[in-house]
Amino acid sequence: MLREASLLLGMHDSMNVGMFLLVAIIKIAITVGVLLTIVAYSVWLERKVVGHMQNRWGPTRVGPFGLLQPLADGIKFILKEDLTPPYVNRTLFILAPMLALVMALTSIALVPIGPNITVGSVTTPIQITGVETANNQPADIGIGLLIILGVTSLGVYGIALAGWSSNSKYSLLGALRASAQMISYEVALGLSLVGVLMVSGSFSLRTIVERQLGSPWHWNIFNGGWQIVAFFIYLMAAFAETNRIPFDLAEAETELVAGYHTEYSSMKFAMFFMAEYANMVTVACLASVMFLGGWSGPVFGPPILQSLLPILWFLARVFCFIFLYIWVRDTLPRFRYDQLMGFGWKFLLPLSIANILVTGLIVALRA
Amino acid sequence: MSHLILFLIFAALCVGGAINLLVQRHPINSALSLVLVTGSLALIYLLLGAEFVAAIQIIIYAGAVMVLFIFVIMLLNAGAEEETKGSRVAILLGVPGLILGLSTATWVLATRYPGPGSVIIGQLHGTAPGMGRLLFRDFLLPFEVTSVLILIAIMGAVVLARRGSD
Amino acid sequence: MVPISYYLVLSAILFACGVAGFLIKRNIITIFMSIELMLNAVNLTFVTFAAQWQALSGYIFVFFVMVVAAAEAAVGFAIIIAVFRTRETLNVDRVNLLKL
Repeated sequence: MLREASLLLGMHDSMNVGMFLLVAIIKIAITVGVLLTIVAYSVWLERKVVGHMQNRWGPTRVGPFGLLQPLADGIKFILKEDLTPPYVNRTLFILAPMLALVMALTSIALVPIGPNITVGSVTTPIQITGVETANNQPADIGIGLLIILGVTSLGVYGIALAGWSSNSKYSLLGALRASAQMISYEVALGLSLVGVLMVSGSFSLRTIVERQLGSPWHWNIFNGGWQIVAFFIYLMAAFAETNRIPFDLAEAETELVAGYHTEYSSMKFAMFFMAEYANMVTVACLASVMFLGGWSGPVFGPPILQSLLPILWFLARVFCFIFLYIWVRDTLPRFRYDQLMGFGWKFLLPLSIANILVTGLIVALRA
Repeated sequence: MSHLILFLIFAALCVGGAINLLVQRHPINSALSLVLVTGSLALIYLLLGAEFVAAIQIIIYAGAVMVLFIFVIMLLNAGAEEETKGSRVAILLGVPGLILGLSTATWVLATRYPGPGSVIIGQLHGTAPGMGRLLFRDFLLPFEVTSVLILIAIMGAVVLARRGSD
Repeated sequence: MVPISYYLVLSAILFACGVAGFLIKRNIITIFMSIELMLNAVNLTFVTFAAQWQALSGYIFVFFVMVVAAAEAAVGFAIIIAVFRTRETLNVDRVNLLKL
């Protein structure tokens, strides 16, 4: 029975079930650990970079360069009083941050971080849902991109239910605005990725990256598919999806107290916080995979270095995106709500449809 | 064997969600049960080998239509349903009638479709390229007509829900 | 292996729940949700038979049913909001001004 379940999870027929499950669990543990560390340290990076841009230091006291600040923040969150206000809808109040965090962390399972890695006698792709097929080719879920889009659209529930269950005017307003914003920009997000799909011919993220390997000229924003416009649409839609400045009206302190997480404290608030940054990391990973060539980069040296260098190039791209997020956060003022919705529906959506048309022309001319 | 266990788990979730939808009095709880039903149905589609349909079930139904439901419930905020007196005749006739009807349907279905069905685990049949080919070749006219349908629905929704500016 | 009839029975149960909800409930949004439940049950039947006979056109039909359900949800909610604005209630028994 365990064997059948493993077959359902994609294991090839000739593999050993125990080894397959062990490898999968190790990959999940490492990826989630690295993801949560990146989330914690992107908070540190944000405070440092925003501080320097505002001509001050940022956190410096806790550890060298303030590097232990996330640890201190974590301890603070755990030790704070976890207050549940009396008139909230208790089930939904506790469910909402869980939903937000689960959806934010699930998408990382589909992102391919590198080609095969061989440890001892086991060869496996660096991707939680990636398996090694019979002829030593790494294989992936055939609809990886669709699952990521689906999980993103499920992330709206965390915010909507948080605002509803809090039984407070500010929370409800913030939640309604944030949900409307997220579902509006999901359309532009999905459509901007259709251009890449047309050029790559597959929903599988690993196939999309493998088409872009080689030189930077082969990336999808250059000769791979000329998806520059789609890249910028994706970037703007991603800013709106993750509720970051300039699109963070729904949770801005000066507008709605704190929007949908007004009534939350301690670990539940920390879960929303982590979910927001994990969404940022997911969007950055997806942008690197779809537009910037995934893990492509010079690979040299002994075999162990050859396995680890693609991960380094991938993380370098993710770091650049997170830095871009923080840079934009400190530079731009925020949109008013009607400007925000008008931008999404009246500008980004027609532009992404035009991009699909032009990409169709390019694909037809190339064939 | 594991196929059967997985099916039973997801089917139990579906039926539980459907019954919860009937039992709950506040529409938001019913809406969340329906989200659970649509999610479990997507997983059942995956068991049947329809990976593309499972993905679009999550994206469209669980991720857009149900969000719209929850949005409207939160916006209108009309509260829980009121209590009414149940009709004793309805319960006396209705519940046995329902059980009789369902048993008949189950017996008919079980005897007319006895063979093992569905797919071998891991053999996914409803892939996106195949569906794309069908959609853009054999079913091109319905595809274009649905685009017009969606346009009409959008225009209708905007016009109907607009506050009359008298 | 799961026999096809199991999926069909599940679909029948879901459809029955949808019909029961449609008849019992008085909140118009819950009635609407029962309609969506019925549509989902029918989708399950389509997917089941498409999987049994390996006919991709079954999946295409599911696709169209989903699209129509989404369009119907949009228009239905516009109507519900319009009714709510004038009658201040979501109880279908109260929307009875045309009754003799």
